[in-house]
Amino acid sequence: MSTVVADLHHEAPSEASRVHYLNASYGIKSWLLTTDHKRIALLYLASITLMFFVGGTAAVLMRIHLIQPQGSLFEPGTFNKLFSAHGIVMVFFFLVPSIPATLGNFLVPMMVGARDLAFPRINLLSWYLYITGAAFALYAILSGGVDTGWTFYTPYSSTYANTHVIAAALGIFISGFSSILTGLNFIVTIHKMRAPGLTWFRMPLFLWSMYATSIIFILGTPVIAITLFLLGLEHILHVGIFDPRIGGDPLLFQHLFWFYSHPAVYIMILPGMGVVSELIPAFSRKRIFGYGFVAFSSMAIAVISFLVWGHHMFVTGQSIYAGLIFSVLSFLVAIPSAIKVFNWTATLYKGSISYQAPMLYALGFIGLFTMGGLTGLFLASLATDVHLNGTYFIVAHFHYIMVGGAVMAYLGGLHFWWPKITGRMYPDGWARFAALVIFVGFNLTFFPQFMLGYLGMPRRYAVYPEEFQVLNVMSSAGASILGIGYLIPLIYLFWSMRYGPVAGPNPWPAKGLEWETPSPPPTENFEHTPIVTEEAYDYANMHIPPSESQVSGETHG
Amino acid sequence: MADAAAPHPSGHAAAHPPGFAHQFEDMGQQHEAGSLGMWVFLVTEIMFFGGLFATYTIYRALYLPSFEIGSRLLNVKFGAVNTVILIGSSLTMALAIHAAQTGKRQATVVYLILTMILGAAFLFLKFNFEWTADYHEHVVPGFGFFVRPEWGAAGPHVPMFFCFYFFMTGLHALHMIIGFSILGVLTWMAHRGRFTPEYYAPLEISGLYWHFVDIVWIFLFPLLYLIGGRYALRGGG
Repeated sequence: MSTVVADLHHEAPSEASRVHYLNASYGIKSWLLTTDHKRIALLYLASITLMFFVGGTAAVLMRIHLIQPQGSLFEPGTFNKLFSAHGIVMVFFFLVPSIPATLGNFLVPMMVGARDLAFPRINLLSWYLYITGAAFALYAILSGGVDTGWTFYTPYSSTYANTHVIAAALGIFISGFSSILTGLNFIVTIHKMRAPGLTWFRMPLFLWSMYATSIIFILGTPVIAITLFLLGLEHILHVGIFDPRIGGDPLLFQHLFWFYSHPAVYIMILPGMGVVSELIPAFSRKRIFGYGFVAFSSMAIAVISFLVWGHHMFVTGQSIYAGLIFSVLSFLVAIPSAIKVFNWTATLYKGSISYQAPMLYALGFIGLFTMGGLTGLFLASLATDVHLNGTYFIVAHFHYIMVGGAVMAYLGGLHFWWPKITGRMYPDGWARFAALVIFVGFNLTFFPQFMLGYLGMPRRYAVYPEEFQVLNVMSSAGASILGIGYLIPLIYLFWSMRYGPVAGPNPWPAKGLEWETPSPPPTENFEHTPIVTEEAYDYANMHIPPSESQVSGETHG
Repeated sequence: MADAAAPHPSGHAAAHPPGFAHQFEDMGQQHEAGSLGMWVFLVTEIMFFGGLFATYTIYRALYLPSFEIGSRLLNVKFGAVNTVILIGSSLTMALAIHAAQTGKRQATVVYLILTMILGAAFLFLKFNFEWTADYHEHVVPGFGFFVRPEWGAAGPHVPMFFCFYFFMTGLHALHMIIGFSILGVLTWMAHRGRFTPEYYAPLEISGLYWHFVDIVWIFLFPLLYLIGGRYALRGGG
């Protein structure tokens, strides 16, 4: 009997009355105590957006300060606290959770065809851990700041610490467990909850990248946790294993720190690569070129990423032979990254390309990531690194990867899946415009920093010689454009939640299980457990119903 | 948690066995997911302790004489008794799971309580006798550590050994306390008859954790208590 009722309901879905995950229940409690992966994804989305603008504010203040060679706003000590706050917030509270905790949380169960992640309550716990960690970090920043840089090198952070190191380190320690739990949930979900017919090599590449990211989460994050734990004990007891007075080695802290923090770079970029691997086929109407290579390159990056940490320490006096090995291994990690770039490009070849907003971000990602990756090879080379280490060249390099790569992919993915998440379309014209503004602003901000670094301007200084002013002003001008570029999506995405045209189940249209369910999806994701009978990205054989070829639906409001 | 209690759409099992979570297809999938989840968590634990073990190894290679002096100052009797206690608690834990599998509710509760008693005994010996004695002997770094002149050239690095001793056994004790709390919840659940021969996954998964904590101690005991070479020296003449 109940089946008949359900089928009748399915026959005539009235868009206004349909129950989905957003209107299934109301009230603050239904959000704060939810175990629905889609709602938790939105909780994360709101929290990391807040943290992004906190970290962004610190960046804007620094760029304003650096317009004048003698610095226009702050004491050098305050400047130290600003770049530390920027780094800590952006790395640990925005970039690391950005794609996995929002898009990953939303999409992993949908892409495997499951009703939820394997452990929904642990998923909610991970958000609370993140919030607690973020609260400690914000407390540390607002109550006086931390001046150690985001790397917390000893003895700045132990013997000679005079700022709120403990609160900041505790915040990172706690939020680290949130990452571990997310990674654990993804690994178990991908292993055990794939829909019938969804074999490993039929999975969307986004799942492969989430799987590789999760491996780094569970293997790397515990090491930074124990490292910060030891740092905290040393700070409190005034004696510990990095303390030279009892034979401790401060450099050991750097080894342990980079054992996590270099793989963490791939925590930030691998999900972005996963997003781009979804966007490129969808907007080229082609199956991805070399599926297996792209999938395994994610795993290769995850494995090799644990073997290259020493390239952060070429000039610390580590053994020259260790440096040689680390240099070779760092070159090795460029190979799987290059495989991905070549395969994306090959996918574009003879594709039927359309330049909608998500695709603009994806193309921007490929260009900027390539720039960032190639300049990384300068730093992996022992001799050139001696010249470039500790300069703005490094700052530019990792911002090309982290902002030009990870943030571009994050925004591209957010635009791509926004109609699925909210059920609404955003204004495509504004979105394309914002993508362009961000691309221009980004390059104007960070390309001059390559030149500054090559000319020898050290990073983390509050003042600089006058001959560097032109390039610094260019960089600051770019930062203001970039800042506006980030504000535009914030406005129209909010606007679209209420006033955007209603998106159909599959507005692009794209392949993948997540597009075969209504937008926004019902709480249980699918009416029936889906059965997968085809390879991923089978765009060649995709039948596009005429009603879905365009954004359908009426404008509300 | 409104959505957790929401009715399921038609199309998947209408009658759920006790303990079944809505996101799974069947009990078998849920059981496998739970075990895999705990194994993955134990991998993170290995990396967590692994950082400490790695740094221990580095400094022990650098300062072996100091580490031997430190190790000789530990009370090996307490360590040995605690090792026996923990291995015993692993046995009672395994017996509790077996009792649940065979549907013996009373036995499950008894074995769980025995496990808790053994865990508590370990912590009591560690904190009340061992650490207190260490404090009175001035070998706690940061709390009046006294470098004795008879240690000679190796003396300045002896506090390093004790840093590791307290960090490693402290972290292990923290895991014991967490395990003890989990056992308390399990005992209550077993007492209320929540486990059946079909549904005992929480017991099995917590058992994995408890055994892992025991195994950490199996490594800690020789690395901390037995590296001083006192028995080898005595045996050799």
